[in-house]
Amino acid sequence: MLRDITLGQYFPGDTVVHRLDPRTKICMVVVYLVALFTANDAVSMAIMACFLGLVIALSRVKLRLLLRGLRPLLIILTITGLLNMFLTPGEPIVSFWVFNISAEGIYRAVFLVVRIVMMVMGTFILTYTTPPMSLTDGLESLMGPLKRIRVPVHELTIIMSMALRFIPTLIEETDKIMSAQKARGADFETGNLFKRAKALIPLLIPLFISAFRRADELAVAMESRCYHGGEGRTRMRGLKFRRRDALTGLTGAALLAAVIGLVVLR
Amino acid sequence: MPNLIQTQNLTFTYHAAESGALGTPSAAAPVLREINLTIQRGTFVAVVGANGSGKSTLAKLFNGILLPSGGKVYVDGMDTLDEATILEVRRRIGLVFQNPDNQIVSTPVEDDVAFAPENLGVPPAEIRQRVDDALKAVGMYDLRRHAPHLLSGGQKQRVAIAGVIAMRPECIVLDEPTAMLDPIGRREVLDTVRRLNAEHGITIVLITHHMSECIDADHLVVMSEGEIVMDDTPKAVFTQADRLTELGLTVPPTTALLHELRKSGVDVPVDALTINACAEAIYKTFP
Repeated sequence: MLRDITLGQYFPGDTVVHRLDPRTKICMVVVYLVALFTANDAVSMAIMACFLGLVIALSRVKLRLLLRGLRPLLIILTITGLLNMFLTPGEPIVSFWVFNISAEGIYRAVFLVVRIVMMVMGTFILTYTTPPMSLTDGLESLMGPLKRIRVPVHELTIIMSMALRFIPTLIEETDKIMSAQKARGADFETGNLFKRAKALIPLLIPLFISAFRRADELAVAMESRCYHGGEGRTRMRGLKFRRRDALTGLTGAALLAAVIGLVVLR
Repeated sequence: MPNLIQTQNLTFTYHAAESGALGTPSAAAPVLREINLTIQRGTFVAVVGANGSGKSTLAKLFNGILLPSGGKVYVDGMDTLDEATILEVRRRIGLVFQNPDNQIVSTPVEDDVAFAPENLGVPPAEIRQRVDDALKAVGMYDLRRHAPHLLSGGQKQRVAIAGVIAMRPECIVLDEPTAMLDPIGRREVLDTVRRLNAEHGITIVLITHHMSECIDADHLVVMSEGEIVMDDTPKAVFTQADRLTELGLTVPPTTALLHELRKSGVDVPVDALTINACAEAIYKTFP
């Protein structure tokens, strides 16, 4: 299951989505999320789905990869779906024991699950198609104005990029520690929730210690490579808005306008 | 200036606060004592020593990550204690560490290699050039778009070396770069290091405890308990096999064989280091 975590990973490619300026992509994700949570009927949701489908097709991100990224969320999705199905008041179509399932309930459950799935997929496309360094450069540039009120923007973004960089490494490490503990008889899979949480302690402690040691070594390696904060740093890939960024921006604006329009008109 | 790195009476003690934690040696006793060492430009120097002999500490003193408690370290005449020139010192002396995972800062490969020149404020077009050159020099150019965590150990370590080469350093100090690698990865890294020394003229300081990695070094420095006990050509060092064993070090199998033969009364020379030279020497003794 750990191998399914694709959070923040980048999958190299050379499509129009990959080539967009990271700032455009970050803004588009924000616009997309606002539109997604504004959309409240089948028509606007269908528009959102078409847009998502188009982006997936353009970015050539494999659908299998997106679905694999969703797997760790399966439990949350199931709980959300079930709760909405049973707890939404309305005319029951099916009822047994204390449960009533209404048409509204089913509609809401499907609607919410689709919304969460689309939200996660949209944000995954951002990290799947943008190298972490570009992503952080984009964020740093967008948050630039905050530097004036002394927000340590560079430091925050470099921390984020290191975190993204170390996700796969730490997942690999967790897997290793887990195997080592299992080989010595640890049991992570049975027992109630409380018991299972307790079984994680011998997993987390070595993981934390090793993370600190890694951080220490990483800091020395960064300093050895002349890292001295954001001052005077240049970038291999300069950020540059092009025509495709303007077109993407227009598409985003149109999408948001269409969804808001539909909601208001109703 | 022919001397690239020079240490004068270099002494180093970990502060009480730093020691103890994360496996560093305990306080009080100096880790390094009165080290006087000169590394000449363009040479290949190997440093060996048992665990705790202070060889890793020495590496971090070369580029000012650690600062001397006593004595001086000069890099191209620049004192590592001088804050004004510390970046230039670090640019000239690149450090490569044992665990490649903990020194790769970014993904994909080419973005990681770009990290050092970006820190140095190199213009974007030149960074691109340096990154490509560095990746070609270590034979990783074809994998430049790959995610580092999907590479083998030897490939990762070569990426780490490329990340240092992109600074256009005078010297690369490698602190046990092969300790975590399998035999194939080890050969990849050592071949790369030798090529960088021979073809690009980069000074190499290889810290290791594999004696066989030191055979073709120009100089071999042996450390023990914070002091330099031998500093000579590998040939001269390996003829003192008994001394090395006393220091807790092993000799290369070729030297060990010749020493054993000699002990049992066969008159062979003991300074043949490579497998071919060793075979030749034995062949000549038994015509």
